[in-house]
Amino acid sequence: MIVFCALAFASVAAVLLALRAGSLGASWADVLAALGGDASTTATAVIRELRLPRAVAAFASGALLALSGALMQVLLRNPLADPYVLGVSGGAAVGALSALLVGLSPWIVDASAFAGALAAMLLVFGLSRGDGSWTQSRLLLTGVIVASGCGAVVVFMLVMTTDTRVQSMLFWLTGDVSGASRPWPALAVLALGLAVILPFARDLNVLSRGELSARALGVRTRGLRAMVYVLASLLTAVAVTLVGLVGFVGLIVPHLVRLAMGNDQRILLPAAALAGGTLLVLADTAARTVVAPIQLPVGVLTAMIGVPVFLFLLVRHPR
Amino acid sequence: MSATPPPLLEAEALGVTVAGREICRDVSVRLQPGERLVVLGANGAGKTTLLHTLAGLREARRGEVRVRDRALAQWSEAELARVRGVLPQRQPDWFSATVMETALVGRHPHLGRWAWESAEDARIATEALARLGLGHMAGRNILSLSGGERQRLAIASLLAQQPALYLLDEPLSHLDLHYQVAVLEHFSALARDGAGVVMVLHDLNLAARFADQVVLLDGRGGVVAGLAEAVLQADVLSDAFGHPLRRHVIDGHVTFLLQ
Repeated sequence: MIVFCALAFASVAAVLLALRAGSLGASWADVLAALGGDASTTATAVIRELRLPRAVAAFASGALLALSGALMQVLLRNPLADPYVLGVSGGAAVGALSALLVGLSPWIVDASAFAGALAAMLLVFGLSRGDGSWTQSRLLLTGVIVASGCGAVVVFMLVMTTDTRVQSMLFWLTGDVSGASRPWPALAVLALGLAVILPFARDLNVLSRGELSARALGVRTRGLRAMVYVLASLLTAVAVTLVGLVGFVGLIVPHLVRLAMGNDQRILLPAAALAGGTLLVLADTAARTVVAPIQLPVGVLTAMIGVPVFLFLLVRHPR
Repeated sequence: MSATPPPLLEAEALGVTVAGREICRDVSVRLQPGERLVVLGANGAGKTTLLHTLAGLREARRGEVRVRDRALAQWSEAELARVRGVLPQRQPDWFSATVMETALVGRHPHLGRWAWESAEDARIATEALARLGLGHMAGRNILSLSGGERQRLAIASLLAQQPALYLLDEPLSHLDLHYQVAVLEHFSALARDGAGVVMVLHDLNLAARFADQVVLLDGRGGVVAGLAEAVLQADVLSDAFGHPLRRHVIDGHVTFLLQ
């Protein structure tokens, strides 16, 4: 409980920090005034119209990715699984880049990314349960193959593009919060996702003990796994639609939380969501301030933080 | 209390196939509270498949399994899990967890959707751990346990489930002699208190000591089932295991030795 309060406090603090920090100086008074509804000065207008949506987008997508990653790890019983392992990201990338290639508006890029993610999800789901059985190795293999196929298409599109559109494509591929203008639906999806899965959190604990044990303990594993798969894919689709392919949040955060608080999904899932959101808000704030006026794609920063942390954990906790 | 209780487990004319191969045909089993049934057979004869069918984890090809006079199909998963417990042959561990958390998993069927484990659940799990000699390592990470300790933990988790019908798939694997006997004696004690126990064993001499009934699979679809004394005969066992055996009585215990 204490840890939850600390995490909730940290996420609020991170958002407040994100609202204040930036090339245009703002005081804490400006932040509070802006949150109170005041948009009369330049500072409060910037906070309300630029920084707030951006901070909310970062929080929502970080939380979605961390939650989805935690779910994928239980579903595949593989600690190295992340939200992208089953091809959702590849589908989204193909969708988004096709729209960017044609030069469509940001709104259509989002819609196209979401459609691509759903198409990849349905493809993997359909293929992996082709013979009625539904083993996780088959699921994993199908997902990885679909993802690598999408990767090839992405490279093909990058090579065929010669003008400045390449840069916006690369930004999308590494993850970028600056284009996120409508973050509130993602926050609603996050709340909805938690509400759907938390009643089944203890069943997930049992499932992580193995399929057979779980069934012997009365868990309807087939339905539960299908639900987890669809939910995790949808959460990922919403997140990548909002901010592109931000890496490592979905892999690192569940591991960090697991190391700190154990593997009880009833605690792990909400804690991972809070921690993932906090991390991405901080990373995005750093991405737009450390080398200002240049804005880094946030995915670069999460990977720069994530890779060494993950390697450190792997070395320190040998199986 | 003169009325006999319904049989805990009953199967009639059960036929089980796996991947098109017939494991057994026409098996009939009737287990009353207090009885211990041992499933014997050579490697690949289908002991695990039969056990899973009896547990309701797999469909029977023919026939029907009933628990307390009700067909398995009429039980809800959660309801069945409060009455019958299964010890799987292997306990894969992918994620770290403490020994205590793992034992508490056995309480799952007894808890409501939103309920957390109570002090009473913790007491039951602690008692089960102590019973298997794991009381002092409740806080240990399961990934650091030895094979025998993991097996004992799996048994403790099953005891915490407190079913009336136990289905054990090779409960003695990885256990040293002391724990082999202790585990079998504990399940026998549970049977004396009204539980039913079905177990897959490999050791014929332990089977002879701890079985009331025996189901022997010959690996070709044939089954010999009945009271332990009737099935555990040298010629029957020699045929099933493909090696000549001789039956001795040593210190009053039926013992089979290689010929």
